[in-house]
Amino acid sequence: MATALLTRTAEIDRLRERMRRLEDCQARPELAALPGLARAVRLRAGGSYEVDGACLALALLAGPSRAGAWCAVVGMPDFGVEAAAELGVVLERTILVPEPGESWLEATAALVDVAALVLVRPPGRVSESTAGRLAARLRKRGAALVSLGPWPRAEASVRLAEPRWEGIGRGEGQLRARRLTVEVRRGAAPPRRTDLWLPSPDSDVAPAGRPVAVREVG
Amino acid sequence: MRTLVVWCPDWPVVAALAERDLPGHLPAAVFAANLVQACNGAAREFGVRRGMRRRDAQARCAELLVLDQVPEREARAFERVLAALEELRPGVAPLRPGLAALRSPGRFYGGEPEAGAVIAECVVGLGIRDVRIGVADELFTAEQAARLAPLQETCVVPPGESGMFLRTLPVEVLDEADGSGTVSLLRRLGLTTLGDLAQLPTGSVGARFGSRAAWVHRVLHGGGARPLSTRTPPPELVGQVDFEPPLESAEAVCFSARRTAERFVAGLAERQLVCTELLVGVEADGALASERRWLHPRWFTAADVIDRLHWQLVGSLRVGDIRAAVTRVRFTPETVVPEADHADGLWGGTDARVERGIARVQGMLGHEAVVAPVLQGGRSPADRQAMVPWGERPAGLRPRELPWPGSIPPPAPARVFPAPWAAGVLDAAGRPVAVLDRGSMTGEPARFRPGAAEGWQPVAAWAGPWPVDERWWEGGRRLVRFQMVGVDGRAWLVTFDGSAWVTEAAYD
Repeated sequence: MATALLTRTAEIDRLRERMRRLEDCQARPELAALPGLARAVRLRAGGSYEVDGACLALALLAGPSRAGAWCAVVGMPDFGVEAAAELGVVLERTILVPEPGESWLEATAALVDVAALVLVRPPGRVSESTAGRLAARLRKRGAALVSLGPWPRAEASVRLAEPRWEGIGRGEGQLRARRLTVEVRRGAAPPRRTDLWLPSPDSDVAPAGRPVAVREVG
Repeated sequence: MRTLVVWCPDWPVVAALAERDLPGHLPAAVFAANLVQACNGAAREFGVRRGMRRRDAQARCAELLVLDQVPEREARAFERVLAALEELRPGVAPLRPGLAALRSPGRFYGGEPEAGAVIAECVVGLGIRDVRIGVADELFTAEQAARLAPLQETCVVPPGESGMFLRTLPVEVLDEADGSGTVSLLRRLGLTTLGDLAQLPTGSVGARFGSRAAWVHRVLHGGGARPLSTRTPPPELVGQVDFEPPLESAEAVCFSARRTAERFVAGLAERQLVCTELLVGVEADGALASERRWLHPRWFTAADVIDRLHWQLVGSLRVGDIRAAVTRVRFTPETVVPEADHADGLWGGTDARVERGIARVQGMLGHEAVVAPVLQGGRSPADRQAMVPWGERPAGLRPRELPWPGSIPPPAPARVFPAPWAAGVLDAAGRPVAVLDRGSMTGEPARFRPGAAEGWQPVAAWAGPWPVDERWWEGGRRLVRFQMVGVDGRAWLVTFDGSAWVTEAAYD
């Protein structure tokens, strides 16, 4: 009788533990996103994401940064500071490691401990085991990783499609705004497409469902 | 109490030249906000003066070395002089970088001129040629005497003769950097020498010309001596540990250095000091193998000191700086501040956890590898940003408020290449496009290649040419900028610099 009770409590404990882990997995908090970007792509703490455009990466960085989090950028010597500031990245809370060289992975891992979002441009192919080790660290610290370039087992892959610049002609005007489609691919599911202005005429991100006034070349 | 003043003229320039290992006879000037803050004798011979605009100064002396003002550097460089003076006589009062006062050693060296000679010799021994010394009853007179002394000489004002000495000096000696306008006011009132000022009634001087003039007025009448606020010489705070036998692994060194680190921090704490900048030196086989300077946004605890030592050892062992077993570790406090300055603010400062993580990366890659992005003014995207090593204060940033004609209108490019890419632009006939002097182009861009890694592609849209004259007064280049969009929808900032095309930035 006593043994049966003991095994039952053990069983209940085991199930409780499993439930907790499951919940943990689903209840990972979302990072703050720019209002214009939130509809297209949202980042979860502990996830890794791959993107293919610097501007989109900066826009993703801007959300948590605006909300008061620290952000880090590894391996981007060509980080456009002014563009980042225009999108709302708070420079005082941004840590840059432009040339990490061979130690990019160690630097990224160290920065995962302190920043809510780490943007990294891996110098070459990233192995599955490397990504796995970093993923465990990300989950533990509740940080997200955005990779400018392929990343194995990324939670989502974000691509820019059909970019179209407005305000520029042939020898006239200037770049003012860009309309594009963001394709978010999660696993094997078909991609989700959202039309966006990135940057919009006021250097922000805006959904492109409604028309945005672009001043004609004057 | 007799006071001796040691004056190193043009200290900002001397310090800046010494830091760059440049000889002192070159004409040089230190600028802040585009105005000459200090210049050396060679520059003065060309007619360069304090307060002159940079362009005017360079017009008078084309080869003038332009140096940025870095107050920390000036103070740091003067620290060496103060330490040397303290060896001769304790109780040195630093007045500002380049100027220090001490109680006159008097008869110890056989008289004041002799004491001055000993001190001048000591300062010249540090490699500072231009030093002048003044001795008088009190500080103001001694400083004026030092300013009148010839190179490496001493000017002594005998006891009780301060008033006589000062009366002949022009009122310009009251000129302070604060721009209070006292001198100009005195001039306009027809008072040209301090003697004229001395004849005014005491009460009116204080009321009309401010406290400084009032103090000088008292000095002129034989009063106004103020005690020197001398500094306490920095105590021996260096922590050092020797290993016998020498240790091979970083862990063993850190373990053995733990006690020393605790004593080092405790030694500072006893004097109510904390260390914010630490120099860690590691000797291997009797020779200094690795030395690195660490900054801390708060202050170093014993654990922090050991952390830094560990990172430095691991980094140096990997690079190969340390080849033999470690025989000695030394902690030198480079900057110490009173503990009270660092009492935790009500809302806290930088997150300590963040700084710890950053310091770890600095330990791996070096201090300069982690940078903070900052914005500044400029014409090209690369000029409009700067990367400041984490923990350092940005210096010499260009103001953003100025209009900066020729800068590119927003949106700003998301990628700014530190070194521009070599680009190519062809017209419809396949000939390279060039921009002529007056801004006309040899053809309309039809195909372009932003960089060697990118392929050629047709131009979908382009804007420009936007000419920029960069530093034309220095024979700089005339640049013409274009924004180009390829058929793939990606946009680039492409520049023609008179002979070739380069890509400066991308709107990815």
